[in-house]
Amino acid sequence: MKAIVTVGLRPGVLDTQGKAVASALKGLGFGDVESARVGKIIELDIPGLDPATAEAQVRDMCEKLLANTVIESYRIELAP
Amino acid sequence: MKTAVIVFPGSNCDRDAADALARVTGARPHMVWHADTHLPDGVDLVVLPGGFSYGDYLRAGAMSARAPIMQAVRAHADRGGLVLGVCNGFQILTEAGLLPGALMRNAGMRFVCRPVRLAIANANTPFTRAYRDVRETTIPIAHADGRYYADDATLDQLEGDGQVVLRYLDNPNGSARDIAGIVNARGNVMGMMPHPERESDPTLGRLGGWPIFQSIAEAA
Repeated sequence: MKAIVTVGLRPGVLDTQGKAVASALKGLGFGDVESARVGKIIELDIPGLDPATAEAQVRDMCEKLLANTVIESYRIELAP
Repeated sequence: MKTAVIVFPGSNCDRDAADALARVTGARPHMVWHADTHLPDGVDLVVLPGGFSYGDYLRAGAMSARAPIMQAVRAHADRGGLVLGVCNGFQILTEAGLLPGALMRNAGMRFVCRPVRLAIANANTPFTRAYRDVRETTIPIAHADGRYYADDATLDQLEGDGQVVLRYLDNPNGSARDIAGIVNARGNVMGMMPHPERESDPTLGRLGGWPIFQSIAEAA
């Protein structure tokens, strides 16, 4: 089983990197870009677990390390 | 007084911190490797030094906050022992949940390395008592991730309870409410972005950070 964890800053938390990216895109002529948010993707290989157990474990991983829930939120997708 | 400095892979202010502690206490601190699981018996103060531990992987301080030694540091704090986190050490303390909030990329998106003027917002802590007769000091910062963030309720509570200890007079990084250093509710754990160990050697002529170490020595 694979798990794809997407971590991003919570809404309302200033994303300086996203701001810089949006401003660079505008500079390249993409004037329609209003804003950008930059996050990260963490791909996990966790063979041998059923989906329910895998999801519970990955959630625990997010809470304990992968995301800082003071500033970030996360989304988990499972794939075979 | 017995002190310890935790050395993480990528710490780079550990020896400066150790020198300052040795000067103020008269004894060399124990240098404790991050993979150790115990602090030496009878340690009064633990310093988490500045640097770029684990290359700031994932988030600044994220990996170090889960290092084996941190369970012992947490137990030391729970017993009322003193803990000082400087720069990366402050980031580690917030990542470990020993201090509230988080330290994020500077609002100006650049690494900033220069002396900054600080207001002493609370001189009634074990880390700042020696500033009791002054209102401000100057200590250098050197960080890219120093913008203090916490939700409004947490910020209100920190301010209401006197947990904001140091404030920037010319906010260099966009920190919420100009916060440069805080203590926990019990007052025995402090995190600060400025580097007091870089302004604590008389041969360098500037001693803006020295009172932090004098305070600690007084506290023991």
